[in-house]
Amino acid sequence: MKVFRIVFPLVLLAAFIAFPFVFTDPATTTVAVFTLFFAAAGVGWNIFSGYTGYIALGHAVYFGIGAYAMALLCQDWNIQPGYAPFFLLPLVGLIAAAFSVFFGWIALRTRRHTFVVITIATFFIMQLMAYNLRAITNGSAGISLPIPFDWTADFFNIPFYFVALAILVLAFIASWWIHNSKYGLGLLAIRDDEDRALGLGVNTGPFKLIAFVISAFFVGMVGGLHAYFNSSIFPPFAFDALFDVAIALMAFLGGLGTLYGPILGALILVPAQQYLTVQAGSSGYNLIMYGVIFLVIILLLPEGILPTISKRWNRWRASRNRAEATPDIVTSPGAENSVAVESSGKGVEQ
Amino acid sequence: MANLILGAVITGILTGGVYALMASGLTLIFGVMEIINIAQGALVILGAYLSYWLQANYHVDILIGLLITMPIMFFLGVAIEWVFIRPLKINRTMLSILVTFAIAMIIEGVLTNRVGADYVELNAWYVNASFKIGNYYLPYIYVFGFVLSVILLIGLYLLLYRTKFGYSLRASMQNRTAAELIGIDIERVSAITFGIGVALAAAGGVAFGATNLFNPGSHYDLISRLLVIIVLGGLGSLRGALIASIAMLVIGDVTAVVWSPVWSSTVFFIVLVAVLVIRPQGLFGQTEGRKQ
Repeated sequence: MKVFRIVFPLVLLAAFIAFPFVFTDPATTTVAVFTLFFAAAGVGWNIFSGYTGYIALGHAVYFGIGAYAMALLCQDWNIQPGYAPFFLLPLVGLIAAAFSVFFGWIALRTRRHTFVVITIATFFIMQLMAYNLRAITNGSAGISLPIPFDWTADFFNIPFYFVALAILVLAFIASWWIHNSKYGLGLLAIRDDEDRALGLGVNTGPFKLIAFVISAFFVGMVGGLHAYFNSSIFPPFAFDALFDVAIALMAFLGGLGTLYGPILGALILVPAQQYLTVQAGSSGYNLIMYGVIFLVIILLLPEGILPTISKRWNRWRASRNRAEATPDIVTSPGAENSVAVESSGKGVEQ
Repeated sequence: MANLILGAVITGILTGGVYALMASGLTLIFGVMEIINIAQGALVILGAYLSYWLQANYHVDILIGLLITMPIMFFLGVAIEWVFIRPLKINRTMLSILVTFAIAMIIEGVLTNRVGADYVELNAWYVNASFKIGNYYLPYIYVFGFVLSVILLIGLYLLLYRTKFGYSLRASMQNRTAAELIGIDIERVSAITFGIGVALAAAGGVAFGATNLFNPGSHYDLISRLLVIIVLGGLGSLRGALIASIAMLVIGDVTAVVWSPVWSSTVFFIVLVAVLVIRPQGLFGQTEGRKQ
């Protein structure tokens, strides 16, 4: 199992790297680029919401701030199209993270429902700001970014694909590291019982805020990259309510708080969403279909795919052990709640 | 200027009553079931479209049409609770937010598909006619909407405080588990509460649709305001919802007059943030205790 834990992500990475060389059709790689955008944002989001159990439905704020930061930096510093804007991404992420310190500080004063509602409210505040602060954002007219004209249509997606993959890898490493660290264990303790965690000496306030800021950093970078990819931004697309729930839904589908869950969710949902948008157009069918998929996922797989599989697997293994008939083997008490046990088990190893 | 501000305060109070109606449905659902119904905004818009449809095809006056639309919406609410909310067993709080969001998207999609994305407004003789107070003209619909809200809120009050069902409902709000233990059929109470909340949304929809242009996408703006109102008032507090709606609408309307209409919503949100920094539980909310 240990070897598998190291080999599997490398195999996955190799598959991601090989993908654009196997499927060179621009239409396919565009979908792949969007999938990576959402996977990276989802992994980032999961670092906060998955591990702490605080469901933030306002991460489009940091996506939008990243997008506007990218556009404004390109404009003010007169960045030439080409590879140069990619180097701005870490700065763009830091700008989004700086905003998240303030919003996170306010939102994390509350818990549960109130927290969710405040994250939604910050989203609407920032969307209105994008419309109203015309001096900075140019209002609903939007801002254009440099367009790399000398990239051919066949080549255009490739740099974006690999930069998005780089962000995904970074986010995944951060997620992996946190998941296996004492810090991550503290976050999981907050998810399971915040008051008890506080009583046991977990410094819950800073713990939550740091996770929030880390997740905003990654989502902000994705926002900046997405803006450059689209080469223009407008308030409703930079601050998109559907983005808020899309990343949450992807994490829920794959498995909230698991390492691979958001990636798996993005791999399933983004192509489906792109297909539906193309098929259904704007007559409302895409919304209906998306809503129905949403409902089906939540009602049938409320725990997500990966936790359901690992639960089944544990149960199957437990029953096999029992069949081998050594009566003194106690079946794993963690089989009921494999995710939590798995993670705390890792923490003990450290 | 003073006159304009006075006028803004009056319209703020009158429209605040309508928001109070929609928000009380939302906060009631939260109080009993501990879920936030993100679809409330979409259900308001759906109610407005139902009235619009009744009026366009059968010439039913929009206020009288409520006698038809409110029962329909009540049963729709019961059905939504039954089919989509009740099956949620684990992590109900968070999943219900996503489920109701999905319902909002479906409603928006169906409406976009059936009626298109054009903006419409409800019409009746009292929508365009107005009367004069001082030197300020006030459309009748604002007064009618306010009166409608007051009547329905009084009805809600009587239901909650004077009937046996009201006792069960308030008991469920206080403590769901304990209410279940003393023999209250909590699932029935939940379904009926959801229905009432949705029926109130329909009534709010008529007053909203007659004073605003709306299209299927309008529910985002509406639900964001309603969420702000119920959080500001304190989740699950009816009194908080009433006071917060009126305060928010007055603040918004006065901002629109003294500064600019584009900033009224922003000020609305900034007030929320300011209040929550001082009182994280909202104006009338109870501090969240330890939940096991």
